[in-house]
Amino acid sequence: MSKSERATPSKHWSAIRFRVNGEAKVLNVPPMKRLLDVLREDLHLTGTKEGCGEGECGSCSVRVNGELVNSCLVPVLQAEGTEIQTVEGLALNGALHPLQKAFLEHGGAQCGICTPGMLMASAQLLEQNPHPGLPQIREALAGNLCRCTGFVRIFESVAASVAVESSALTTKSTLEQTNHAR
Amino acid sequence: MRGNAAMHDLVAPGDLTAVLQLLAAEPGAWTPIAGGTELMVAFSAGRLAATKLVSLWGIPDLRSIEATSQSVIIGAAATFLDLRKNAVISAELPLLAMAASWIGSVANQGRATLGGNLVNGSPAADSSPALLAYDAEIEIISVRGRRRVPYSQFHTGYKRNVLSPDELLYAIHIPRRFAHHDRYLRKVGTRRAMAIAKVALGATALREQGVIREIRLGAASLTPFPTRLWQTEAALLGKAVTPETMRSAKRALLAEIKPINDIRSTAEYRSRVAMNLLDEFLLSLRHGGLKL
Repeated sequence: MSKSERATPSKHWSAIRFRVNGEAKVLNVPPMKRLLDVLREDLHLTGTKEGCGEGECGSCSVRVNGELVNSCLVPVLQAEGTEIQTVEGLALNGALHPLQKAFLEHGGAQCGICTPGMLMASAQLLEQNPHPGLPQIREALAGNLCRCTGFVRIFESVAASVAVESSALTTKSTLEQTNHAR
Repeated sequence: MRGNAAMHDLVAPGDLTAVLQLLAAEPGAWTPIAGGTELMVAFSAGRLAATKLVSLWGIPDLRSIEATSQSVIIGAAATFLDLRKNAVISAELPLLAMAASWIGSVANQGRATLGGNLVNGSPAADSSPALLAYDAEIEIISVRGRRRVPYSQFHTGYKRNVLSPDELLYAIHIPRRFAHHDRYLRKVGTRRAMAIAKVALGATALREQGVIREIRLGAASLTPFPTRLWQTEAALLGKAVTPETMRSAKRALLAEIKPINDIRSTAEYRSRVAMNLLDEFLLSLRHGGLKL
């Protein structure tokens, strides 16, 4: 890459290819552009939010090749050839993901800024561990900050989605026991 | 001020040889970037000085974790999640596994690399106390060849290390001889996840008939860079753990640490907590040792 090429940015960068929510994308963007900004500005997938912009709050969480990442810390070049899932890719054929339903039903979402990240981090957890207890839920969401709910309703929502998926688990009593133990 | 992506070049040659050739061709011009959990924070804030970056992400040589009969060899770009998932590390190097589990959050652990943690050289680096306690060695590579230095000599000052501009941290070697050592690690921060250490102490010790025959103390956030507490170790070596030994060890500790006041804590708090952590470790030895 020479300096003279930089004068014409659209030709300067080699194309970056990846898949987002199952769709192939080809983009001409600066390789250092944050994946977060590419998702929001170039692909108009504005479900992914920016909170802190420094990897502390988890609002920009997406999944890249099955791993949870803060998309504000990923230069888009490092997403080359990957499979990316954003919050827009959680619902399947117009039907909400069980986590999304649970967040709606159990007050897991208030202002909504943290919600996409909470959902992606929760989805990551459930894929690794389909039957997490409260300690696992708390650890999985430790990198996602919420300033509205006080977190308890979010933990309850995740636990409830697990309970829905496997009716054997009585989530509410699990949480009540934990609260009692405090 | 926001970082402007168009002002920075980023290339991903995809293999180690090409990266090393790039570093050698223009020494100092290229800044390696692995998981980006440090450099991208600086970039977002508009304070990333490096204009030319070379990606180490996705280079298999740098991400392997291998166990030989003598050592566990961890590629510099292995992530903390890789460390947590590794069976040998979980079983034999619990201090490192614990440190890996304390770093940031799940999303950070999947991107942040062990080599990045060391090269970044924060005085508070989470992996450093464990690596110092385990007597780790650093393998460095360049087009000129390879060399190894004890990790305890890797940092040379605040955010400074022994790497030349054309060199790359290649791997971290940890000897597999700590199975019978007493060991200890504690990080004191504002919360369990995401917090940067106010103070951290890691330790391994080997005793014979109650006498300390081998001891390594690794500290974070007590000196300008992560360091062995050599004077404190000297005060304990060859001694039984008595109240008098503990007092002299704490005197040595206070004399050799250089805690500071900053946004996270105060020098006074750090000194007190450092003494408490040392006490906790030494008391555990008196009570038969702590096998974490």
